[in-house]
Amino acid sequence: MPPSDPNTPDYTPESASPTDIAPLGRGPEKPAHEMTAEEDRDAADWNAIAADSDFKKLLASKARFIIPATVFFIIYYFTLPVLVGWFPDLMATEVWGRVNLAYAFALSQFFMAWILAFLYVGAAAGWDKQAAAVLAKFSRK
Amino acid sequence: MFSSFLAQAAPVTQSNAALIMFLAFVAGTLVITYFSARQNTGSSAYFAAGRRITGWQNGLAVAGDYMSAASFLGIAGMIALDGYDGFMYSVGFLVAYLTVLFIVAEPLRNSGKYTMADVLAYRLKPRPVRAMASLSTLTVSIFYMIAQMVGAGALVQLLIPVITYEQAVIGVGVLMVVYVVFGGMLATTWVQIIKAVLLMSGSIFLSVLVMAKFNFSFGAFFESLTAITSTKDGVEVTRNFLTPGLIFKNPLDQISLGMALVFGTAGLPHILIRFYTVPDAKTARSSVVWAMLIIGLFYIMTTFFGFGAASLMGPDYIRAHGGTNMAAPELARFLGGEVFFAFISAVAFATILAVVAGLTISASTSFAHDFYSNVLHHGKEHRPGQEVRVARITAFVVGAASIVIAIILGPKINVAFLVGLAFAVAASANLPVIIFSIFWKRFNTVGAVSGLSVGLISSIVLIIVGPEIMKTDPIFPLKNPALVSIPLGFLAAFIGTLCSREPNAEAMFTEMEVRSNTGLGAEKATAH
Repeated sequence: MPPSDPNTPDYTPESASPTDIAPLGRGPEKPAHEMTAEEDRDAADWNAIAADSDFKKLLASKARFIIPATVFFIIYYFTLPVLVGWFPDLMATEVWGRVNLAYAFALSQFFMAWILAFLYVGAAAGWDKQAAAVLAKFSRK
Repeated sequence: MFSSFLAQAAPVTQSNAALIMFLAFVAGTLVITYFSARQNTGSSAYFAAGRRITGWQNGLAVAGDYMSAASFLGIAGMIALDGYDGFMYSVGFLVAYLTVLFIVAEPLRNSGKYTMADVLAYRLKPRPVRAMASLSTLTVSIFYMIAQMVGAGALVQLLIPVITYEQAVIGVGVLMVVYVVFGGMLATTWVQIIKAVLLMSGSIFLSVLVMAKFNFSFGAFFESLTAITSTKDGVEVTRNFLTPGLIFKNPLDQISLGMALVFGTAGLPHILIRFYTVPDAKTARSSVVWAMLIIGLFYIMTTFFGFGAASLMGPDYIRAHGGTNMAAPELARFLGGEVFFAFISAVAFATILAVVAGLTISASTSFAHDFYSNVLHHGKEHRPGQEVRVARITAFVVGAASIVIAIILGPKINVAFLVGLAFAVAASANLPVIIFSIFWKRFNTVGAVSGLSVGLISSIVLIIVGPEIMKTDPIFPLKNPALVSIPLGFLAAFIGTLCSREPNAEAMFTEMEVRSNTGLGAEKATAH
């Protein structure tokens, strides 16, 4: 059959990619665009990334922010119903005009939530950079 | 003679104004649905709007999904009738977003596809986990939806007296099914965005009108709240509405409600699926922050229109004019006349429609994707488009079921209370398993199934034997079951996990940890 037959697809790789000869087992990797979904599932060496020191630093840095921040907001929030429920006299103290402590403390919860959210966004921008650096190390060339 | 003619004509003009505004909203959203339907090709487009929604758009849509009839009508009504304790709902509703932001949003976006169950099924045995997660999603959605339908029915009854409660409930049900069946996630998202903008402008306007009555003096405003007179059992009482404890006599009730709100939001399926509509985890994060800004401003404003209604109209007037759920629209009539009343009512109606549409799509997505495709058909689509078709059929069924239940329950029940129960179920069943599957390597299928079922069953049983249903001599003393049912959910998930070992799930933890923290391999946005 002449090679010019238009019905025969041309298997020659377009540019410097490996040949399409199917490797046995987990041989040399196929180019990404030839992978089926099933193969792509293992696209990354998850264990190698998980063991990477920069990835561990990323996890530690996230935990350093998220754990204390979560504990803080839970305590701050539940202090409100506890004080309101069991110390009503204290919460009835008027702090600004006729505004009592109960309302002022409730209002402060909104600002607490906004401030923590903005602190989180600031911290997360750093985590994005760390994550990108980790992925750059492991990305397939 | 002439005055009696006016009296007859007045309700007609009033309902016309409301009807025109409401029809304008419906027409606008139907146009959006039409254009969305033309773009809906494939599952990712139908279930996740092609993952092309931007951060601020999704923030508005999250806010739209969240600020429901419970917030606008229910909280305003609670504050208007009994003061401070209603405001506790407002606080909990916002603080809840810190749980979403810190713990759930980004890992969910990075490791899931369409539903909450995707995250659980990632490393656990998919069929039992998805079946249970789908059941709890449907339960939460229907609880929440009934609250919205009841609000809609009560509102329309007041607004357009010729329409009965039943007809109004059916109308809302049919419209939401149209949005979801034809427009999918893209139309639902835009309905939320428009609704959020309308609701915010209505609330700001209402708050400004309230403060204008006090010459914009906050001192005078709060001063007026310290002595509000109302009639209780035929006796006139004067109460300080800034004093806590006028609704919740038992402090544990406050704490239980707070737990339901703060831990329930991160388990609400219709909020969680919104994070799949954005391109990546970073956008998911920024959309939570946008949502927090909008939601926070809105809930602070409940101060003005809730307390404002109490101070300007008084609880007795509100009880006589539509009752607990109608304080905000009645305040609008009181301050701005019939046209403003019509506008606020139309906004409230839009609010309900949008939230109901969001709930319907989350319930039908979960049924089609989790139960039909993955449990019944082992994750394979036999014919293209099958999953989307099943979702559309489910939307019909869910719509019909909630119409029937809302009609049976009737218009009298406070909608903020009903929503509080939906949060309790979400917090007790969904949150423990989401947290464990993201953060605990040892977690396994037995743990997930026992956590989901115990959380779901315990919260529902405690509601049934609680004071709101049993009325006299309840077996369980708290109005909201969260204080007991959330720890039970966590405990069951924990004990269930310890009862068995699943090496495969533990091995997959590494993969999930890398994915959820780096976004590697996450679902991408579809190209145009």
